[in-house]
Formats: sequence, structure tokens, C-alpha cells
Amino acid sequence: MKTVWTLTILLISCAFTPWNARAGETVSPPQQVHVFDTPDDGGGSLTVTWAKADEEDKSLRYQVLLHEPSAGEPKVIAEFASDTHYVRDAKAPWWTRPAPKDMHQFTIKSGKGIDLKDGTPYAVTVVAIAGDQRALAAPMQTTPGPNWFNWNQINNLAIVVIFGFVVLGSIRAAKRREIFLRRIAGLDAVDEAIGRATELGKPILYLTGAGDMSEPSTVAAAVILGRVAKRVAAYETDLMVPHRDPIVMAVCQEITKQSYLEAGKPDVFKEDSNFFITTDQFSYTAAVDGIMLRKKPAANFFMGSYFAESLLLTETGASTGAIQIAGTDSDHQLPFFVTTCDYTLIGEELYAASAYLSREPVQVGTLRGQDIGKACILVALGIGTAFATASVLFHADFSFALDLVKDWK
Amino acid sequence: MTFLRRQLPLLITFVTGILFAAQYYIPHPSSELMLTSVSKWLQIIGGFALILGVTSLFHIHAVKIRRKEAGWGYSFVLYAGMLGTIVIGLWHGGKETTDGVTTAFGWIYTFMMVPLQGTMFAILAFFIASAAYRSFRARSREAAVLLIAAVIVMLGRVPLGEHLIPISGDITQWILNVLNASVRRAILIGISLGAVALSLKIIFGVERAYLGGGKE
Repeated sequence: MKTVWTLTILLISCAFTPWNARAGETVSPPQQVHVFDTPDDGGGSLTVTWAKADEEDKSLRYQVLLHEPSAGEPKVIAEFASDTHYVRDAKAPWWTRPAPKDMHQFTIKSGKGIDLKDGTPYAVTVVAIAGDQRALAAPMQTTPGPNWFNWNQINNLAIVVIFGFVVLGSIRAAKRREIFLRRIAGLDAVDEAIGRATELGKPILYLTGAGDMSEPSTVAAAVILGRVAKRVAAYETDLMVPHRDPIVMAVCQEITKQSYLEAGKPDVFKEDSNFFITTDQFSYTAAVDGIMLRKKPAANFFMGSYFAESLLLTETGASTGAIQIAGTDSDHQLPFFVTTCDYTLIGEELYAASAYLSREPVQVGTLRGQDIGKACILVALGIGTAFATASVLFHADFSFALDLVKDWK
Repeated sequence: MTFLRRQLPLLITFVTGILFAAQYYIPHPSSELMLTSVSKWLQIIGGFALILGVTSLFHIHAVKIRRKEAGWGYSFVLYAGMLGTIVIGLWHGGKETTDGVTTAFGWIYTFMMVPLQGTMFAILAFFIASAAYRSFRARSREAAVLLIAAVIVMLGRVPLGEHLIPISGDITQWILNVLNASVRRAILIGISLGAVALSLKIIFGVERAYLGGGKE
């Protein structure tokens, strides 16, 4: 049945082929055509590869034809110049590259009038066109299907696993001996800020950012809140934590309550120290600005991720004369925090804050693991830069070494 | 009790953490379906959590009004605004327009909410000017460098600047593409490693402070 069907496609395709092309002559049909289910995907896709022609110029074009079982004749999926659609353009890492880099590759995906059903066989062929001449390769049949593992991302998995072992190893090492932590001025100032608020008899304002609990920066902000709340409880200073996300509010309520318990001051804890305002960005900003101007907190903490509201919040805080400490992984907002806050925890320092404030070996060990990870990245950057520079200076082909470093990124 | 407060949340975190970390590497439709389902669960949980948030908001402001605390009038305005919007919204079935005509609910959104949000956003322009004035005063060597770089970049980004000093465009591009981009990438590498380390600590139960502190 399959043979009959393939022959039918071949005959129909031949009917579309001009006489002079069939006769032979100047345009050769694409060679080494392979059609296969696109690897490492969720299905609904086929990939076709073929060899580069001996002489490819602007006049030579390729057409990819697909024959769907329900359709009568093959459908033209794409037509493009012969100097495009190479395997190297597909940006697949070297370990999953389906063919040599100089071969042609085209991926047929569902959408735009094509509906590739998993488990259904399709015939695909490639036609070479030069002027009025056409030459087609023999159609090849294959069946698309989904895959259970994306081998393109194996590098990512390997790095995470190795990094995980490095972190766990560093934690074990930190339990055995003390690890040096460099001074972070912003975190040293936490005590100063709380002390100042206590002296002035004014409250402390702590914001956990715009993110929800699924964001690491919000988790880091909540963890730091626990450390800050413990010290605030010891000084019996008022703490205000307005929230944008009700789930973050519920989590922070528990963290704050536990901190007051650990500080031995459960009676000082106020249930409404954590309160919800709104999920709307600028309504929240207006409300917090209002709190700053009316209550005039002596210390403002801005931890977590922020967007356009960052400057509106910190500039208002600066105008009230409060000591301001920010910590964010929103790199685009860092300039605003640096210009308006007294201290800013830049990027990873936000994640390091928990370790710095607690000095627990488990936490400090994680920082050492991160440092080792950074050192490895630095070495990879150095090697990559050296190869790239050498290839330009000495006109040498280090493409394999460069691909090796590039694809491991 | 400890099991419910400690071990069970840690177990759920470990299982779901591993499961969804693995999901990233599995392109199969069933994996995508699982992610979609869980995203819907999160939306439902978020909906219920909003009740928690609104209850907190009502409670805080009710206490302020009852005790006549300083600024209780603002709380009253909040109550009036919120309840008024809810009632009008329910009256119009949550629709902003009916047969092409703007409803009262739509009017509140278009002519009150949107301009108020726009006003807050517009204030940003003035705040940027005041923050820039404060930070660009060349009080230290670093501030002087910042000032010079900022002036060059500002000149290079406007046609008049490029007309006055033609090279400012190229210098601006160099500052942005070389100096700025490299520092930004360094920060992003640190952030990414920090986020991965924190995620690993949470998945493996090393970091438990988010559960409410304690070490038991």
C-alpha cells in the first residue's frame, strides 16, 4: 500500500515537472536527501536535509514539497534561494546536529496551513529550480512523533547537576571549617537602619517586590525579611510590610511570626504588620508612597524584583530622609536604586544576604559553591576569547573549539 | 503536627521541584499538558488567595476607621471607592460597554482608573530628573565619571548631540555595547548562579526559612 502511495506521489510530482528538466540536463536533483522526524521536540514536525549542490548561485532555488495523505497533490511548503537554510543556520548544538554544517536543512512545522499529525506518515521531497528547469529528488516518507527528552538541553542539565554537587560539596566543606565572607556594606547597614528607627521611634518599611512566590528573588526577599524581623523584634520597633501578592503576604506573615517567636518577643508581634494593598502596579506604588509620606518610616527596605515603580518608591523614600537599603536582581532597575538608596545589594548579593546575616555554614557553603561556578564560567570565557582572538590573528580554523565553548553556554 | 508544618511541605517542595525541573527537559505533549494544568491550579489558588488579601485590606482599614486613627479619612475613601466599584461592577455584570455604550463601570475604569495610573507613571519623568540631578553632582571621582558618561550617552542619543559632536554617537554605542553590556552580563551571571543555588537549596530542603524560620 505504501509503495503504491509513494509511486502515486512520484507520478503527480513528475506531472508538475517541466519536460526539459525531466530530460536531464542542466539542473541536478538534490542529493543525499534525508527526511526524518524532528528530534528533541514535542511532535508535529519533520526535518529534511540534503547536500549542497556543486554549483549553487542566486539563480538556483529549492522547493520543499509535502504530500499529506488526505490531499490529492503535494503542497509547496517553502521556496528559497540555494544560499540559505544551511544546517549551521539551525543553531543546533554540535552534539545534535543532524548533518554536516554545510548541508541544507529545512524543518516543516504545524501551522500556517500545515497540520502535521503525530503517527501519520507524510512524504517529503526537495526540488531544485533554475529558471524554467526543475529537478526533484525521490520523495521520502516518514512519520512525525513526540520525544521524551530534549538532547539539545543536555548541557544545561549537566551543568545544573555538576553545579548542584559543587554546592552540596561546598556546604559539607563549610561545616568543617570557617569560610571567609567579604564585607557587604548594605547588609552591615541593616543593624544601623533598625537602630536608627528605634532611636527615632519611627517604623521600618519592608517591601518584598513585585514578584510572586515562584520567583527566587521574592523567596530571597522573604528570607531576609525573617532575619530583619528577628532584629526588629529584639528592638521592639514597628514593622510595616505592604504586599502586592496575597500568597507572598501569607508566607511573610508566617515568617515574621516565627522571627518574633525566635526573638522571644511573641507578644510584640502584630498580625497586621504584613498587609495586602493591591496587585495593580501603580495603585500599589501610590499607596506605599502615601504610607512613606504620612508615617515617615526611618528605614526603608526594597528587596526582590521591581519594574517602573522602583524610582517612584525610592525617590519618595529619599525625600522623607529615611535610610534606604535596596536589593534586587532586576538589572534594569539597578541604576535607579543606586542613585536613590544609601546601600544597594546588586544582583547576587540579594541571594547572599541570607547567608551573610545568618552566618550558618549551610548558607555560607552555598556562596562558596556559587564562587566556584563563577570561576568556571570565567575560565570558559577566557578560553573562548583566546580561541576567537587566535582564529582572527592567525587565520586559523578553531570552529570546533569555539562551537564546543559556545554550545556549552 | 510537626509533620504537617515541616516534613509535608518539604516533601511537596522536593517532589514538585524535581518534577518541574525535569519538565524543562521533556518536550513531550504530556509534559506540556502537566505544566498547563499546574498553571491553571496556580491561577485558581491565586484567586482564592485574593480573598485573603482583600480580607486583610478590609480589616486594616476598618480598624483605622473604628479607632479614628490619623488619616482615617483615606481609609473611608478606600472603602467608598472599593465598595462603590464592586456594586457598580456587579450591576453591569462586569461589562465595560453594553451595545457600544460605556457603562458606569467602564466610565470608572476609563476616566478614573486609567488617568490615575497614567498620572503615577508620568511622575516618573520628574523623579528621573531629580534623581539624576542628585547623582550627577560631581562630588566624588565615581560621580564625575558617571556624569561624563551620562552626558556623552545623552548627546549620542539625540540628533542635535550628534550634529554638535559627530563622534558622540560612536562613543555612546561603545559605552553601551562594551562597557555597559559586559558589566550587565557579569551581573546576570551572578544572578543566575544565585537563583540556581537558591532553587537547589529550596528543593533539597537546605533553605527552610520561607516556611517560617526555625531549624527543627
